[in-house]
Amino acid sequence: MSTNERPLSPHLSVYKLELPMVLSGLHRITGLALAGGSILLVSWIVCAAHSAEAYAGMSRFLGSFVGQFVLFGWSFSLIFHTVSGIRHLIWDTGKLLEVEQIKRSSVVVLALSILLTLVAWFLAGGYPGGGA
Amino acid sequence: MKYRSPLSRARGLGSSKDGLHHWWMQRLSAIGLLPLVIWFVVSIISISGQSHAEVIEWMKSPHHSVLLSLFLIVTLYHSNLGLQKIFEDYVQARWLQLAARIVAGFAAVLLGFAGVFSLLGLAFGN
Repeated sequence: MSTNERPLSPHLSVYKLELPMVLSGLHRITGLALAGGSILLVSWIVCAAHSAEAYAGMSRFLGSFVGQFVLFGWSFSLIFHTVSGIRHLIWDTGKLLEVEQIKRSSVVVLALSILLTLVAWFLAGGYPGGGA
Repeated sequence: MKYRSPLSRARGLGSSKDGLHHWWMQRLSAIGLLPLVIWFVVSIISISGQSHAEVIEWMKSPHHSVLLSLFLIVTLYHSNLGLQKIFEDYVQARWLQLAARIVAGFAAVLLGFAGVFSLLGLAFGN
């Protein structure tokens, strides 16, 4: 009797990939990214408080290609996790839980997050991959 | 403990040792973070591209240093609650799960103190 070949829960591969499940995973992944991003936030504050040289070094990193990529991912994570978090808080009240409502609100959450991220970068005068 | 019935164990919160507290604090900190995130994003947009002196000036003003400290503390607290759930869900070995939770908790406290003390140093001049 083999016990190794049985499919194990959560059977991710047997379901068609749908937006609500992607966003559910993305909420957790962006949350994890933001926990890591808090190290960046503290580094930025500590560098600013420490000296002009330390701050210049931090600014150089944030302005580099890698730094801009990290900042873009971080800003999207913050905005997405916030918008998606609001939907989670609404769900906690028992509203918007019908399947069709979840599908429609998923599109709204994702579109709004992308839009707000781009607006924030436009207003900040920076763009991903370029100098801020 | 072995004389206790299952119902008695459940009332004493059983093997989980904890009940609603984590769930409730995660929601409360999330609600607290909503205005702080909006303030933070708007602030970062307004100071982006500014010089070190201008950023320092922004950071040391009383209401900015208070709000930035609050944003940092509540973010670290909320992150720690989330990380705890992630470790519980994906780290199977009990000792490793406990170790990960302890390390993440210590890291959050360290980051919080480092950030807040830097802001206090700026606010009260050094």
